[in-house]
Amino acid sequence: MSAALLIDILLWGSVAAVGFIAFRRGKQVMTASLREGTFDFINIVPRIALGVIGSGYIAAVIPQEVITGWLGPQSGWLGVATAVIAGAATPGGPVVGFSIGAVALRSGGGAPQVLAYVIAWALFAFQRVLLWEIPFMPARFVWFRAAVSVPFPFLAAAIAMAIGKP
Amino acid sequence: MKDPAPADFATEDEPRPGRARKPLGWSMITIGVLVAVSATLVWRRDGISGVLEILTRDLSLFGGILPRVLAGCLLGAFIAEILPHEKVSRSLGPESGLKGLLIGTAFGAILPGGPFTAYPVASALLAVGADFGATIAMVVSWTLIGYGRAVAWELPIMGTEFTLWRIVISLPLPVLAGALGRFVYVRMYPKKQDEPS
Repeated sequence: MSAALLIDILLWGSVAAVGFIAFRRGKQVMTASLREGTFDFINIVPRIALGVIGSGYIAAVIPQEVITGWLGPQSGWLGVATAVIAGAATPGGPVVGFSIGAVALRSGGGAPQVLAYVIAWALFAFQRVLLWEIPFMPARFVWFRAAVSVPFPFLAAAIAMAIGKP
Repeated sequence: MKDPAPADFATEDEPRPGRARKPLGWSMITIGVLVAVSATLVWRRDGISGVLEILTRDLSLFGGILPRVLAGCLLGAFIAEILPHEKVSRSLGPESGLKGLLIGTAFGAILPGGPFTAYPVASALLAVGADFGATIAMVVSWTLIGYGRAVAWELPIMGTEFTLWRIVISLPLPVLAGALGRFVYVRMYPKKQDEPS
């Protein structure tokens, strides 16, 4: 709760800071940005509404056990590859992603595989890409970004295997 | 004919260069279909009470997120307005080298908030002259070494040791992803470099 409050304070503090800079540049600069930001907001709200209000249903039909199963007994690079796919397929917010990772870690999943899962989830979780990234960014950038990121969960797993951590 | 107060979405309003607002595209259709199918499955499994239970929970979630989305949009708009284009394209553009990737990484790591800030701000940077490489470094850095999600969710759920090692191992990844992005980009779009999409 307090972490969320802190983030809100930081967030609105940053808005106030850049708003103040814009105000110093002139009133017109500030009103123009305010207008742009508000229109962006109005434009984005229906998409966010659809995604956020609908995401509970998607999470409800892809139960966590399915994903945990994918993170199951395979080890080695096959395990890393399944972990990456599982990360991309995980629905819902951060609680779901990290909880699955924690369950996998406790029930004997290898640390490099769980690491690859968490990183792949952070990079590719389909719901975040479709719901947040594509509405705000040019689609061409999003696909490019995702394609370029593919090697990195594997690289992270390789580093983890090499140093024997976490 | 001019309406004094257009109540409609402001799509006709003077488009900002390089940051056109998109119509509801196929990504939204995909999500919509996915949501409709999932909601039907939930209804068949749990009945109408199951559907309503999820709906009320997600509505309150949505209400909580809304002010932050507004903050993110304002942050992006202010940043797009106050950052000087030449300076951004010099320090984050295609010619910015390793320094540009490092700046993008640092920016993504310190940016407050969640997806509602990261993506509008990244989009603003693209519009004022950052290249794909530096923007990729920023987005990847926000997602992998940004403190917001790590402090709020990862530390309590995954534990300190895993989280810290996960972040340490992730440290080089944003710069590498940005560099790979640049490497591929100049080969994929050799002629389009100074032409906004």
